[in-house]
Amino acid sequence: MLKIESVSKLFNPGTVDEKIALLNGNLHLKAGDFVTVIGSNGAGKSTLMNIISGVMKPDAGKVWIDGYDVSLLPEHKRSRWIGRVFQDPMAGTAPRMTIEENLAIAYKRGKTRGLGFGVNSKIRSIFRQELSRLGIGLENRLGAKVGLLSGGERQALSLLMATFTRPQILLLDEHTAALDPARAELVTSLTETIVRELKLTTLMVTHNMEQAIRLGNRLIMMDKGKVILQVDESRKDHLTVEQLLGEFEAISGKKMADDRVVLG
Amino acid sequence: MLDSLRGAVEAGLLYALMALGVYITFRILDFPDLTVDGSFTTGAAVGATMTIAGIPPWLSLLGAFICGGLAGVCTGLLHTKGKINGLLSGIIMMIALYSINLRILGKPNVSIRGEANIFQTESSQFWIGGILVVSVVVLLLLFFKTDFGLSLRGTGDNNRMIRSFGANTDMSIILGVGLSNALVACSGALVAFSQKSANNLMGIGMIVIGLASVIIGEAILGARTVWRALIAVVLGAIIYRIIYALALRVPGFDSQDMKLITAVIIVGALVIPTIRRSLKEKSVGKKRTEQVLASLGNDKAGGAR
Repeated sequence: MLKIESVSKLFNPGTVDEKIALLNGNLHLKAGDFVTVIGSNGAGKSTLMNIISGVMKPDAGKVWIDGYDVSLLPEHKRSRWIGRVFQDPMAGTAPRMTIEENLAIAYKRGKTRGLGFGVNSKIRSIFRQELSRLGIGLENRLGAKVGLLSGGERQALSLLMATFTRPQILLLDEHTAALDPARAELVTSLTETIVRELKLTTLMVTHNMEQAIRLGNRLIMMDKGKVILQVDESRKDHLTVEQLLGEFEAISGKKMADDRVVLG
Repeated sequence: MLDSLRGAVEAGLLYALMALGVYITFRILDFPDLTVDGSFTTGAAVGATMTIAGIPPWLSLLGAFICGGLAGVCTGLLHTKGKINGLLSGIIMMIALYSINLRILGKPNVSIRGEANIFQTESSQFWIGGILVVSVVVLLLLFFKTDFGLSLRGTGDNNRMIRSFGANTDMSIILGVGLSNALVACSGALVAFSQKSANNLMGIGMIVIGLASVIIGEAILGARTVWRALIAVVLGAIIYRIIYALALRVPGFDSQDMKLITAVIIVGALVIPTIRRSLKEKSVGKKRTEQVLASLGNDKAGGAR
């Protein structure tokens, strides 16, 4: 479903500030895979996300989605296949527009946007039904400005907007990191349900070790722009946080350094 | 007095189209577009020149709309494809249009007195202006509810998000700035028809007047919903003209003070709401503090007894 082939990305190439963000990275996700990604600061996790979604173009290598070479496609064209939730709850929704208007924008993912009305009674009932799956009462507030919602509500809405059109690939970039523990738990369990029900191929960056082990069927660990460890389904079931940290130290020769890391 | 008030409302209606254009770029797209000073004159020049060439005035108005739109599209292209800073793209187009407008007009000042005119009678300016403004507001309102309109609003509100849903933000900006300047040029052509002349300096300061209208309207009506904001902009344009007309009646002021009066009006519209808000907060805060203190005092008294 998603294939990344020897992808490299440098920041400020050729200057004293040159930084290797990704080095000859390879990754292959089968349809239905739910892969969690962990790694220390500057490991290249976010760069990986940005390269898959087309925000950044790689300096070398190719990205394939569903059999298509998308390496040259700009972000807005790739979004036909890719749903995305950002870390910042403010990033995934438009604050000055209403809930239903935001959903209408998401509803048109990958379709041409013409001069038909974005919301009509039929579409509105679809929105209401989808929102009720979140279980936080947003279905009764379709006309409310999104800027009035709390961070957790906005992130839950972002998650719904990213997924309800069933994209082939879902990218989650530490999407619970900015929320308080209770809200983070809500969004995590929503993520789990939605990914399972819609059978979405998912790549999730997280700094929460426990979450990385509990969610998904595969786990990868990154350091200095490289994938240094891949844990498959059978091993992941009885992996512990201590083992994971031990593996990291053994391979990279240093302690896991992430100022936000949560051991779970 | 009443006459000048009526004149102010009539002029306000014609300038309202320009203000609506400014609203689209500044508020909807969050793009500070300075093309307006140029494209307003372009509209006037195209409208006047086409009319002199014997083309029916309504078609000339359409011509102005199209030419203004093209100017805006150029600005959008400079910004999105040329990666030029938004303010600078507008300034570049503004200065380019200065020469283009002179070319269209052929000389700095062109009179269309005696030619066919959209406004054939005295009262027609009020009615035609009013009908045009109402229909443009209704059309814009409907447009901003369409899928394309929503993606335009999303582009100004959160362009990162809307790109992740597959909207082409470059296209939104190009077409949005185009639509904005098309309206501005229409306004320019209407003003030319109303003054029965067009000159190459009539657009100077237009962007400031447009902004003033937007800000005055928002200060009075607010901008909670799109339709409210659109009506606020029209109202703002009319009120600006009324204030301006009143200011001109103050002894000692005359038309050369126009730009200064405009600047003062804008400063007023920006500063007065801020002062009002902070005064209100202060007084509410004071009152509440007293209430809280009073209730605490009661508790203490109760406890001591």
